[in-house]
Amino acid sequence: MSEKNMTVAVAEALDQEMDRDPDVFVAGEDVRVGGPFGTDAGLHQKYGDKRVVNTAISELALTGIGVGAAAVGLRPVIEIMIMDFVCVAMDQIVNQMAKMKYMLGGQPTLPIVLTTHAGIDSSSAAQHSGTLEAWFCHVPGLKVVMPSNAYDAKGLLIASIRDDNPVIFISNKRCLQTSTEVPDVPYEVPLGVADVKREGDDVTIVATGRMVIDALEAAEQLAAEGVSAEVIDPRTLSPLDTDTIIRSVQKTNRAVVAQEAVQFCGLGAEIAATISDQAFDFLDAPVKRVGAPFTPVPFAPVLEDIYLPDTKAILAAVREVIPA
Amino acid sequence: MELANEQLVHMFEQMTRIREFDERAARLMEQARIHGSVHLYCGEEAVGVGVCEALQPDDYITSTHRGHGHLIAKGGDPKRMFAELFAKSNGYNGGKGGSMHIAALDLGMIGANGIVAAGAPIALGVSFASAYREDGRVTVCFFGDGATNEGAFHEAVNMASVLKAPIVFVCENNLYGEWSPIAGTTSVSDIADRATGYGIPGVIVDGMDIMAVHEAASEAIARARRGEGPTLLECKTYRFYDHVGRDFGMLDRDEEEVASWRARDPILLWRKELAERGVLSAAEADAITGRIGQEMEDAIEFAAGSPDPVPEDLYRDVYTETGAAR
Ligand SMILES: Cc1ncc(C[n+]2csc(CCOP(=O)(O)OP(=O)(O)O)c2C)c(N)n1
Ligand SMILES: [Mg+2]
Repeated sequence: MSEKNMTVAVAEALDQEMDRDPDVFVAGEDVRVGGPFGTDAGLHQKYGDKRVVNTAISELALTGIGVGAAAVGLRPVIEIMIMDFVCVAMDQIVNQMAKMKYMLGGQPTLPIVLTTHAGIDSSSAAQHSGTLEAWFCHVPGLKVVMPSNAYDAKGLLIASIRDDNPVIFISNKRCLQTSTEVPDVPYEVPLGVADVKREGDDVTIVATGRMVIDALEAAEQLAAEGVSAEVIDPRTLSPLDTDTIIRSVQKTNRAVVAQEAVQFCGLGAEIAATISDQAFDFLDAPVKRVGAPFTPVPFAPVLEDIYLPDTKAILAAVREVIPA
Repeated sequence: MELANEQLVHMFEQMTRIREFDERAARLMEQARIHGSVHLYCGEEAVGVGVCEALQPDDYITSTHRGHGHLIAKGGDPKRMFAELFAKSNGYNGGKGGSMHIAALDLGMIGANGIVAAGAPIALGVSFASAYREDGRVTVCFFGDGATNEGAFHEAVNMASVLKAPIVFVCENNLYGEWSPIAGTTSVSDIADRATGYGIPGVIVDGMDIMAVHEAASEAIARARRGEGPTLLECKTYRFYDHVGRDFGMLDRDEEEVASWRARDPILLWRKELAERGVLSAAEADAITGRIGQEMEDAIEFAAGSPDPVPEDLYRDVYTETGAAR
């Protein structure tokens, strides 16, 4: 066990699964040199061209390598460099990977992991900053995983590779450099199980990806004011562990849902609706959502700063559901 | 390459099977006895059969929206195929795919596809797996002329060339994509020319001549199996009927054009050839056609009388429930 950042944790998960299972391979753009974020560091040196497939800049073809290879028994890890680029691969992801099992009457097993890097980060602007998890949560046949820290990232990625279904594994760019204790040995964090990151009694903050870090910071500040906030990280967004969320709201009677993605039609809306539906009688205030405004991501730092949902936004939402 | 007479006759049977299947599928659609729509392979039988007869049973193919012929050519059972068109639970896809998604993974038929050209990236992945496992299998990717204007096609061919993947890209150039003639949509009239851009051989063959198809396919398949990479094999062929069904009411084709292609019906050509070679007499050929027609009638009866999916099937197979494979 030692302190590792999420980048290292992801690379370690890939290495350990490739080591364990010869059917696991990684394919993507520039994976040979470790990938632009370093999440494939060291893999090519160890496993060579055969298992670390440096592809052309062809997101459709590279996703197809995953779909076809999985359909006949391999366990591909396909890397789409930046989440916005999924748009180019969408047919293979949504029409093929997600639907193939159902449409073919159950014939194939499709153990594919599609990893990608999402989120707003130092003026990456409108085509390199997307947090598009809701698109994939809307597609039956896909699982969607979004870790907020290094420990979860390693365990969730290992569980995703071992899962027999297509998994969209989203690493938030601003989480990649954050560190936690990470065991050196392989371990699984089960898919579909939320984690209570901080216990509290007065309000539930359900946060995803980078917003978990911001929510924990908000909870710390709230504690100083005498407000006890519970922070829940679903970790897997589809299937969503609604039980853990509902149980928490039944205890705290108040909820704030925070995401980095555009708020409108986001996962937060689904979570808020589920709370209203399943815990209405327990609520002392409307469920509040935190998310990005309904614009593309701006380039100018002064605008990006306003755009980015943060600790302040979470605090403001909490203050709305807990009157002074 | 010399083929045994038995295989030559088998090729006639397989083409006939496809024709008899699809003629009936069309009729069933017109009578609204089956669901959804069917894209008929009539006229193009020599391509699917010529190619698949050059494959080993454990080789793979990917198909298109026009996939019945490919599945039959790969050994598909007409009973289970009709059952799928009738949306029955014992159809190949359990009644959840229909004509446009029909697949039989145990026969190496990875699937028809409702998305034009989507089979190409998938076929690339399948062939990648064969190279990865060194299992010696070859993948054939079937697609139409129209599909070669999709990005997916170009991405897949380029990547297959770079990886020297054991794959053969077989273009069924029937001169139309839906109702649009190739001249108005495609920068080349010979799809094989596109191979040059990817550094692979491009071969043109008469798609109505099953022996020509078989020979060219055998060579491309052998090349792929030797690890020398993909070939783009263009088969010049023709859709005898409309894009969907026999007459969708929108087709505007020159009658002379249709007649000239129909005169080169691949089944009639092959029948004639077999008679000339003294392999199969007209009477024997008629007997085969009659027997296969009856086989299809029986298959339809089997399919029509098969059980529907049960309501619980709606929720089945969205995910694999086995959990982690370790
Ligand atoms: C991505 C996509 N675009 C459009 C369609 C509608 N469509 C179905 S078949 C077809 C024509 C395909 O032409 P071609 O590839 O030449 O195959 P053919 O039908 O001639 O066998 C079209 C446009 C589709 N199914 N998928
Ligand atoms: Mg065509």
